[in-house]
Amino acid sequence: MRKNLYNVGAILRGLSITFKYMFAKRPTIEYPSVKKQHAPRFHGLHELRRYGDGKERCIGCELCSSACPANAITVIGAENTAEDQVSPGERHAARYEIDELRCIFCGMCEEACPTDAIVLTPRFEMADYRRGAFIYSKDRLLVPAEAGVGTAPDERPNGIPSDLGHVADVKSTVDITAGYGATHRGEILKTERRGLAG
Amino acid sequence: MPDWIIILIKSAILLLVVVTTFAYAMLAERKVLGWMQLRPGPNRVGPWGMLQPAADAAKLILKEDLTPKSADPLIYRLAPFISLLTAFSVYAVIPFGADGSGTWAIGNVNAGLLFLLAITSLGVYGITLGGWASGSKYPLLGSVRGTAQMISYELGMSLSFIGVLILAGTTSLDGIVNAQAKWWFFVPQFVGFLIYITTAVAETNRTPFDLVEAETELVAGFHTEYSGLRFGLFFIAEYVNMLTVSCITTLIFLGGWNAPFGLGGLHVPGVIWFVLKIACFLFFYMWLRATLPRFRYDRLMAFGWKVLLPVATLNLIVTAVIVAFMGH
Repeated sequence: MRKNLYNVGAILRGLSITFKYMFAKRPTIEYPSVKKQHAPRFHGLHELRRYGDGKERCIGCELCSSACPANAITVIGAENTAEDQVSPGERHAARYEIDELRCIFCGMCEEACPTDAIVLTPRFEMADYRRGAFIYSKDRLLVPAEAGVGTAPDERPNGIPSDLGHVADVKSTVDITAGYGATHRGEILKTERRGLAG
Repeated sequence: MPDWIIILIKSAILLLVVVTTFAYAMLAERKVLGWMQLRPGPNRVGPWGMLQPAADAAKLILKEDLTPKSADPLIYRLAPFISLLTAFSVYAVIPFGADGSGTWAIGNVNAGLLFLLAITSLGVYGITLGGWASGSKYPLLGSVRGTAQMISYELGMSLSFIGVLILAGTTSLDGIVNAQAKWWFFVPQFVGFLIYITTAVAETNRTPFDLVEAETELVAGFHTEYSGLRFGLFFIAEYVNMLTVSCITTLIFLGGWNAPFGLGGLHVPGVIWFVLKIACFLFFYMWLRATLPRFRYDRLMAFGWKVLLPVATLNLIVTAVIVAFMGH
């Protein structure tokens, strides 16, 4: 009898809990109309950057390709000529292809790149209907000349490009308002890499 | 106008109202379940998901209607209609507002409560036959459970009514509501009220007594093999039954269309009070579903036979003795 009464109490307690949660704040982010704020250095789709004068940063050295643990990157370099100076110095990438289906988004290419040419952006919406569409070549990787030079991860203002859409008001793993500077590692990298980037 | 035309018009209106209520009760249930589980619930189709029922209906109609090879074709096709027919026919006798002239009910039957009990008990045949005729193991288990469950709770449910009948001195639903003008019967018949709302959950096969469906054990129970509109009919029947038991609880225990808390001075039409009470009860069933886990098969039967039946009997005896010695 006593146990049965206890059970009735448990049911009532359960009902009160569910009722209370009916009015609690829901953590749902209604993707795709609202998107989650990523960390500033989120590993998404790659981007090939340019210098301020419009020249490509990539020098076709294939270090990214050798660093890639998934063998996702194919680089075929070519000589620059006086008439066609694609990048500063002697060589540039004639072909640069990343198979985004093979890519594990580890960021090793970004680490390996001596000129900060290849970076990982926070863009993550790459879905397509055909496998072939996932092989990104220079026409899609390279920042268009009229679109500026591309942003290094440590220079991104709030960690997410403005054209990605309405960003949810949800706390991410890092403090978004402080941006990249919120992490200690970010501070180090900022000073270390500015020299190259400049 | 001849009587039969009036009855036909009333039936058509009532059918529309009940089906619309089903559609939005389903949406409300998904919303309430969502909120209680920290989800927003359906909100993509129309503002606040208000068009979700239409989208669901379109989906169910367009889906293929499958019949298993091993099924008994006639009974398999008939079963959803048995469920639906019994679910709808109850509304022939339910009065929705202060009556007397018979405006708010299709038929004012003297033995209204007995009719309700008889028809709602027939509803389980749709489940039992549907599961049996599917010719497949999970539906069969579901329908066997449905039968056993019905026998376990039906006795306690009927007995919980008799206390009310003794107090009201009539089986007419109109008479029972009018007898509650002063005291709603859930006060003097509190035990009967508790027994009824418990068995009503079992009657509608909802959590925590949804053993006939039990998706974690029996795939989808008795309607595993049903698809498209035939599944839709079972689905409608479940929600209409939910509405029915809410109506019955309101009529028998919660004063029907009588105004609550002495608010009778406001001159609000009785129908509004009736609808509000039903809405509270529908919410209560959704709330239960969000809270309680499913009973085990044997425990439901033990609960029905060893708790509900003796308590209902005791309640009946005590009520009878008090009424016999002290009058109404």
